[in-house]
Amino acid sequence: MAISPEHELHRRRWSRNLGLGLVLAAFVVLVFGLTIVKVSRQDEHGNPPGTEASR
Amino acid sequence: MSDLSAYEQTQDGGFGDYVQLLKPRVMSLVVFTAMVGLIVAPVSVHPFVAFTAILFIALGGGASGALNMWYDADIDRVMRRTRGRPIPAGRVSEGEALGFGLALSAISVVMLGLAANWFAALFLAFTIFFYAVVYTMWLKRSTPQNIVIGGAAGAFPPMIGWAVATGGVSVESVLMFLLVFMWTPPHFWALALFMKDDYSNAGVPMLTVTHGRRVTRRHIFVYTLLLAPCALALALSPIGGPVTLAAALVLNALFIRGAYLILRRDEDRAEADRYKAERAFFKLSLAYLFLHFGALLVEASLRPFGLGGW
Repeated sequence: MAISPEHELHRRRWSRNLGLGLVLAAFVVLVFGLTIVKVSRQDEHGNPPGTEASR
Repeated sequence: MSDLSAYEQTQDGGFGDYVQLLKPRVMSLVVFTAMVGLIVAPVSVHPFVAFTAILFIALGGGASGALNMWYDADIDRVMRRTRGRPIPAGRVSEGEALGFGLALSAISVVMLGLAANWFAALFLAFTIFFYAVVYTMWLKRSTPQNIVIGGAAGAFPPMIGWAVATGGVSVESVLMFLLVFMWTPPHFWALALFMKDDYSNAGVPMLTVTHGRRVTRRHIFVYTLLLAPCALALALSPIGGPVTLAAALVLNALFIRGAYLILRRDEDRAEADRYKAERAFFKLSLAYLFLHFGALLVEASLRPFGLGGW
């Protein structure tokens, strides 16, 4: 069996690492976006919209 | 045998193998029905919150798929159709799948709670529990009614979507549940009729194996008849309307006709034309669910213009 510098195993590991990296980056963006939406929609007392206190 | 060939067998899964653990095809149904449940609800949700909620409902569904593949690895090794799944193929270990499923379950439930509300999050947790424990671990191997009760797990997503918007349960969301719930048995039994999986070798009591194919045909017909009133009730509910009612009338007529054709056939005739009617019925069942929920979506999108709905 020839020893090649780039084994098929490395390709699969690379795909997994890249995929996980992208998923984590997307997760960060998602939580950030969610924070912006939640914070910008609360009233001056910090209550979320639709609650009794915000009316 | 060289030392390198031992290394050859340590299989590391690629990214795609982990995606496959989430059962992406089941996930697409979850995404669609949860989205409709969320949109047709009378309370509006910020688009970004809605997007996040649907994403994590889908992820929770995927997590329960991974748990199912972990537990069912022994069955999957036996059946031809499932032998290529990541665990039986040796690309992902059973422990990895278990850890992956549990971690994603926790993440999806917590994130849904933070994005939407804790009622929806608890509902998602219950759905994952129902699919992974009640269906996979308990019912699947013990009763031929497995997919009837297990179908509830697939029917919860529109209710979770509704709960994201409203924070609760109501008649409309229960009717959406009933539509998917009653639709699941005929859908899967039609598949079981023509897939002829080696369920008996795997020790799964499918209705086709335990009670025979004749009884399965009768069951498909009866469930299709019971499904029709559920679909009509949904069409007449506040989230329904003329479009939904028209769709329900046409689709249920076609569905009952298809089930009747299946009922009338015996195995010899089915073998002769390679299960043509069964395959057609299965395809129709996919369109049936898609168009019913699609009609609800049309109804909701017409509402701002004073059209749609009752």
